[in-house]
Amino acid sequence: MSDNENDRKPAAEATPPLSKAKRQTNRRRVLRTILLTGGVLGAGLSGFLPLIYSQKKRLRPPGALDEKDFLASCIKCGQCVQVCPVSAIKLADLIDGMGVGTPYIDARAQACDFSCDAVQCVLACPTGSLTYHKPSFLPVRAGAALAAKPILLAKEKDPEPTLNLGERMGVARLTRPEACLAVQGKGFKGQTRGPDFKGTMRYMDVDRWKPIRIADHPYDVPECDLCARECPIKGAISIETVFAPDGSKRKSPVVHEPCVGCGVCEMVCPVEPAAITIEAREVWKT
Amino acid sequence: MSDVLKRRFFDQIKVMFGWEPSKPTEITPAAQKIHFYKKGNRDLIAQKLHARAHAEHKNTWRNRRWATLILANLLFVVSFALDIQILEGALTASRFVGFHLIDLNSALQVMLAHKHIINNLLIGTGTVLVLWVLFGGRTFCSWVCPYHLVAEWAEKIHLWLAGKKLVTDQTMDRRLRTVFWVVFALLALATGYTVFEAISPTGILSRALIYGPGLALLWVLALLVFEVFFSRRAWCRYACPIGLTYGVVGIISPVRIKYKLDGCFHEGDCRKVCLVPHVLDTVIKGRAVDTEVPIGPDCTRCGLCVDTCPTGSLTFEVKGLSKLA
Repeated sequence: MSDNENDRKPAAEATPPLSKAKRQTNRRRVLRTILLTGGVLGAGLSGFLPLIYSQKKRLRPPGALDEKDFLASCIKCGQCVQVCPVSAIKLADLIDGMGVGTPYIDARAQACDFSCDAVQCVLACPTGSLTYHKPSFLPVRAGAALAAKPILLAKEKDPEPTLNLGERMGVARLTRPEACLAVQGKGFKGQTRGPDFKGTMRYMDVDRWKPIRIADHPYDVPECDLCARECPIKGAISIETVFAPDGSKRKSPVVHEPCVGCGVCEMVCPVEPAAITIEAREVWKT
Repeated sequence: MSDVLKRRFFDQIKVMFGWEPSKPTEITPAAQKIHFYKKGNRDLIAQKLHARAHAEHKNTWRNRRWATLILANLLFVVSFALDIQILEGALTASRFVGFHLIDLNSALQVMLAHKHIINNLLIGTGTVLVLWVLFGGRTFCSWVCPYHLVAEWAEKIHLWLAGKKLVTDQTMDRRLRTVFWVVFALLALATGYTVFEAISPTGILSRALIYGPGLALLWVLALLVFEVFFSRRAWCRYACPIGLTYGVVGIISPVRIKYKLDGCFHEGDCRKVCLVPHVLDTVIKGRAVDTEVPIGPDCTRCGLCVDTCPTGSLTFEVKGLSKLA
């Protein structure tokens, strides 16, 4: 490939037979090329491996397509991350295989509280991975669709009180009822999640537009109802009187059909780990 | 365009897809005259030494390019970090003061994997297509891609080690890049996953700069180590499908490097600094088909050859406009 070599050869000459050394060089080059092919394709396809153990489902931002379609359409630009006023959206790393660079929400650390009112992440998405209107050829899983457009409590009095969401992100479940303070009949006083918790949320009674740190908003409730109290969606969760297995009456949070799976209940739950959690991409089952 | 240049134009497209440049079959009479003159004129060597003594090493275009590359990526970073919202997103897709911009290769992967194209995706892709047709196709690589910059630094280490005879550049078959382009397109189509996006160092680096580092940087590091110790600029030269996508765009771009035969001493310094030396085959003694030959579409318009050339035989040119430098 060096210039001098080419310089010496006259312009048009039949190619001489290759020397042994040259043949060997060429052979090695082919081997190296195959090596690089294997390396790059191996790295690319290794994305399929973590899919096996990433069965732990990620909570995707609101309006996300079903996982397979989401991974196909997400261009991994992070514009949804940029517009979120509470920084709920994070980008997945290498262990997520094909999902590297895709957005997810760790609700316990920072849930989506719809502070933006209009689901800004959906607006920001350039490829329709997050969408208000799912294309017609993509099926809606049974129970994923919301019976009605969810009413956002923060703008209940607005002319247009609903969120433009057709499907839920997941569903809240009381996964550890024995730990739930309401079930135990206990109240809660102080900062939920402690003084160092970085999570933020907007409180209607503090500022309609500005989310504040949860640590700066202590509670004092005789019977814990934080999940129901802070749920941003109308009619999604309430504290009900239920019958325990032994027949005695007790209180318990009950999740209803309008639950969109935003994760605020999981974030504000004072017990560690949370008694109520979001089951990502889960559908509503009666 | 004359017939010889037309033939070369198509040859250079083949070269971009991985074929080795071939010796010209036809050379214009004017160029032949210069070739003949150079062959018979031994005084040239004296002139060459003279020019060499007076040539000062310039980094004009490199500095402009590095500044542009760093500024472009910095604009992404500060748009998010300081929330000034000028250029939101990452290199794969972004919004410049509200206008969608979508990387051509990423868009292609998404379109093939998802098989559904929404308007914003189309608008962003179209805008970027027009942008890089205007600016020169692979100009994206050397003037914007953050991996290009770190790979350039890795290349310096590689060359230093090579100078000490500690490593040698292990070349590969350039057709591999075309194979990768097709394979990744087919993988996206067949599996429904944007397989290439998961390993694209451009995307990984861009996101790491904007949203903070992650484990995915280990893959980028592995590539750099491979390039330092084994094969010079291997990713950009033999693998990256993004480069080929933008190269295809560059076929019709007016921005390019132009080679002028008469002043050239055929020292080959330009080929030594070039990321894609196969596009500079025309500077080899006796190869230029005309007195002025535009460089092919695989050229990243990085300007290193322009900086290096002691005789000013390589210059930036915008077809239809007067020369830039």
